[in-house]
Amino acid sequence: MTTGQLKYKTSDEVDFVIIGSGAAGGVIAKELSTNGFRVVVLEQGPYLTEADFTHDEIEVTNQYQLTNNPKYQPMTFRKSPQDKAKRHPAFVYGRMVGGSSVHFTANYWRFHEIDFVERSKVGPISGTGFSDWPITYADLEPYYTKVEWEIGVSGFAGASPFDPPQSTPYPMPPLPVKSGGVIFESAARKLGWHPFPAPMAILSQPRPGRSACVQCGFCESFGCEVGAKSSTRATVIRVAEKTGRCEIRPNCYVHRIETGAHGQVTGAAYFDGKRTVHLQKAKAVVVCANGAETPRLLFLSANKEFSDGLANSSGLVGKYLMMNSGSSARAVFEHPLNDYKGFAVSRVLHDFYELDPEKVGFFGGGGLDTRFDSTPIGFADDYLPHETLMWGKEFKATLAHNFTRTMSIMSHGTSLPVENNSFSLDPDLKDAWGLPAIRMTYKDHPDDLKLGVFLRARMMELLDATDAKQKWANPVEEQDFAYHLLGTCRMGNDPKTSVVNADHRTHDIKNLFLCDGSSLVSSGRGQPTMTIQALAYRAADRITALAKRGGLGA
Amino acid sequence: MQDALSRRRFLLDTATGVSAAWVATKWPAALAAVQHAHDSAQSAVPPRFEYFSPELAVEIDALTARIIPTGETPGAREAGVVYFIDRALKTFAQDDRKLYAEGMAELQARAREMFPGVERFSAATTEQQDEILRSLDKTAISNDRPFMPRSLAQDFFETLRQHTVAGFLIDPDSDRRGNRDGVGWQVIGREREHMFQPPFGYYDKDYPGWQPAAAEAKKK
Repeated sequence: MTTGQLKYKTSDEVDFVIIGSGAAGGVIAKELSTNGFRVVVLEQGPYLTEADFTHDEIEVTNQYQLTNNPKYQPMTFRKSPQDKAKRHPAFVYGRMVGGSSVHFTANYWRFHEIDFVERSKVGPISGTGFSDWPITYADLEPYYTKVEWEIGVSGFAGASPFDPPQSTPYPMPPLPVKSGGVIFESAARKLGWHPFPAPMAILSQPRPGRSACVQCGFCESFGCEVGAKSSTRATVIRVAEKTGRCEIRPNCYVHRIETGAHGQVTGAAYFDGKRTVHLQKAKAVVVCANGAETPRLLFLSANKEFSDGLANSSGLVGKYLMMNSGSSARAVFEHPLNDYKGFAVSRVLHDFYELDPEKVGFFGGGGLDTRFDSTPIGFADDYLPHETLMWGKEFKATLAHNFTRTMSIMSHGTSLPVENNSFSLDPDLKDAWGLPAIRMTYKDHPDDLKLGVFLRARMMELLDATDAKQKWANPVEEQDFAYHLLGTCRMGNDPKTSVVNADHRTHDIKNLFLCDGSSLVSSGRGQPTMTIQALAYRAADRITALAKRGGLGA
Repeated sequence: MQDALSRRRFLLDTATGVSAAWVATKWPAALAAVQHAHDSAQSAVPPRFEYFSPELAVEIDALTARIIPTGETPGAREAGVVYFIDRALKTFAQDDRKLYAEGMAELQARAREMFPGVERFSAATTEQQDEILRSLDKTAISNDRPFMPRSLAQDFFETLRQHTVAGFLIDPDSDRRGNRDGVGWQVIGREREHMFQPPFGYYDKDYPGWQPAAAEAKKK
């Protein structure tokens, strides 16, 4: 295996340095290296493989085997810019080769046409930076198809009447239905809704070197031991390495993008695993470090010309953070569902994707899915009915009865882009490398909360149409924790109101590109990774075209 | 056990990159064989404490036995949770050592105060023990744990409660010494196999396969 072998010297000026090897970075590395460019990918986390993945919940959740560890990379949180931020684990991301695509749930619905043009359709919303995208669904459609076929997505094309046009069927059928999925489907149909098999970036059929899903039940939050989950590590990164032109360099924590005399970027400075600093030279830099670390790196790279952060003439780097809204409902049934077996989500519905603001009184929309996303310890902590005493005979009896009989539903919805919702550098707290920690400022827009309440009522309506013995919904609350890190270096045509253009090139610096969740203009209705990867395939095409006509020079 | 783990690693190394058909057909059986070896190794090793003194272990064991009591089915005691916590304090929970020491002292003081003549928690009757824990448990209700000032003994009890649950339900194939012989998973009905096939449960066993609803074709 070629994992992490040194190929280039830091003094070699390679064509591209890509910062981050996750959902976007992995795709761009594969595309650029197969297009003939010399590429170094700097990844802050380790290079783990199937043999390193485990079902040990302590290692994964308490010891942060796969994710950012707030002990070494602390964060702070506040609700508004007037508040003093307090230390708080505010978000999680995959910190290893493959990034969050290694531990994600793998929901792969596409954004719909409306997501790209919604501002024009429903009009401005006061107090927000709600905008259309500079590209449309039609621009992205071929790239959605490319994602599905290259990494491997299971699904049933056209299964939802609300689906956007899909030019090509999925490369493989949906994963098997779970008991929760059957209950969900039958109840939803009783209500006249349109449930459909979840599109998932998990193999239902084997591919070369990868097994089909073996339904082990340690899926969301865990790395896949048989390569069935379509992480970039299990898919495109292997292809990139086989070109012989792409080096994946793990344990490299980039802390500064360097700039040259003419304002162009010249490479990336990073700490290696021994905290020695290196500078990898490159003709161009592509930052795919996620919606939190990408803006942070731009702030850390401030210089004379850009004192508020590299490529930040708009002042919008780090702003308009969106993390999707959502809530959950649970039910207990007479017979075992055993939803703990297998992957998380088998059925979805999009009947509430596009709501009419005139009718419902708020902006937004969302999807529902049935998702058992808990492993045994997590279940005992989070899946029991409210008011269960959490120790003793009753606790044990409830746990023993409910574990196999519980069904869970989640809602996933829009977040509006609010300027105050943002990432910035904390003025006081430092990480273990002495770098300023990330500060998150976030308060849900009132419409996001209203949507949450609306979808929560739909979840209960669905559970009312089942023969559940017990059911309850978790409260809709203001969020202080994010899985989705979106919109913080938004894409747009106007350099005054966006950070990157439709090619993911920063408006300010010709040879600096940003592509990850930070590029999103609107939040979709959750499940952003599919769209991030479609953007990455498209960005790689645009970057290749620019580079081939010599357009990256300063 | 180290041997079993390294064999498992070897098998997975071997599986990586070979034909998927091989993985799908051979891998689970291979793992099962390794697992059997692992289990034999595990039960052959006499338990020994790595952090707790024998006296402290008795107190911790008594506490865990009230959090997940033994009844018609095994509880924390049969799952060897005290050994899990013992190793936890040497590994991932080192930061909790002070809380355990000080919280336990406070809890013991409370036991003596509530039941004069009872010298240690472990010496109290189970009814008395539950009463002591109820006096600490103001917040350990699912989904309702507001941030409020708590005593050391309360913090200790909540941490111990979480560790007990983890020790009961941890993957028994991990080397954390919890969930001995997988009894915790037996109690909650989690099968110990490493792979599953549909039908998974009662409600999907007669599922006919996905069909678009008739109206849906027209709707588009």
